[in-house]
Amino acid sequence: MRFAISVHGGPYTSQSSHSALNFAHALLAEGHELYRVFFYHDGVYNGSSIMAPPQDELDLYSEWRALAQEHHLDLVVCIASALRRGVIDRTEADRYDKAASNLGDVFTISGLGQLIDAALNADRLVTFRV
Amino acid sequence: MQIDWSLSVSNRTLLFVQSHAPHGSLFGQEGLDAIMMGSAFARCTVLMQGDGIYQLIIDQDPTGTNTRDYSVTYSALRDYGVESVLCVQEDLTERRLSEDDLIIPVSVVNRSEVPHILATHDVILDF
Repeated sequence: MRFAISVHGGPYTSQSSHSALNFAHALLAEGHELYRVFFYHDGVYNGSSIMAPPQDELDLYSEWRALAQEHHLDLVVCIASALRRGVIDRTEADRYDKAASNLGDVFTISGLGQLIDAALNADRLVTFRV
Repeated sequence: MQIDWSLSVSNRTLLFVQSHAPHGSLFGQEGLDAIMMGSAFARCTVLMQGDGIYQLIIDQDPTGTNTRDYSVTYSALRDYGVESVLCVQEDLTERRLSEDDLIIPVSVVNRSEVPHILATHDVILDF
């Protein structure tokens, strides 16, 4: 089955990100396809490459990165959600004249059309809300 | 990453569920953004559930909260082809609200009908 995942919760603030990551691992292990992971609302913080959690806690950014590289996943952060929360890539940092960018290299910034596209083209859209 | 823009209007139906009160979080405002986007590609229904109904209260004035009064955007949904905005009678009653308190006309359903509404849409987008 072809799944898409939508993540609404910020890392370490709610269970949303952890559960979404676990679900992604589980469905891929079962041989299903993961069409896209769309990070919306505070979920966009999952794409921040500068998070530095204590060593005995799960590093969510690195976990997403490793999973994406292994399975060639499409990880998308919503541009509107990301910009207003300070999760930006190099291009947007230049556009808005910001001193730094922080979006990880396996993530892309794109619009809400990617969420609707996932909703219409995956067999199941699973939302991890708050 | 590729969007199939040729899909134009899909034959799948989308149900957007709004269940957060406005202004205390961005769920309502960002959820409404998703509804607008969804309306371009598919037939959409919106269900204002629980505290979500507060998003439709008429004459909001959130100037003191430094948030935007996006409730007026709900008035534009019909122009976007979203014809069905539902709310639950029990949610209204429990909050001492009536349809007259809302910024747009809604279709009022009973709570017992909600499972059927959830079951008869292809995709649910929950905010």
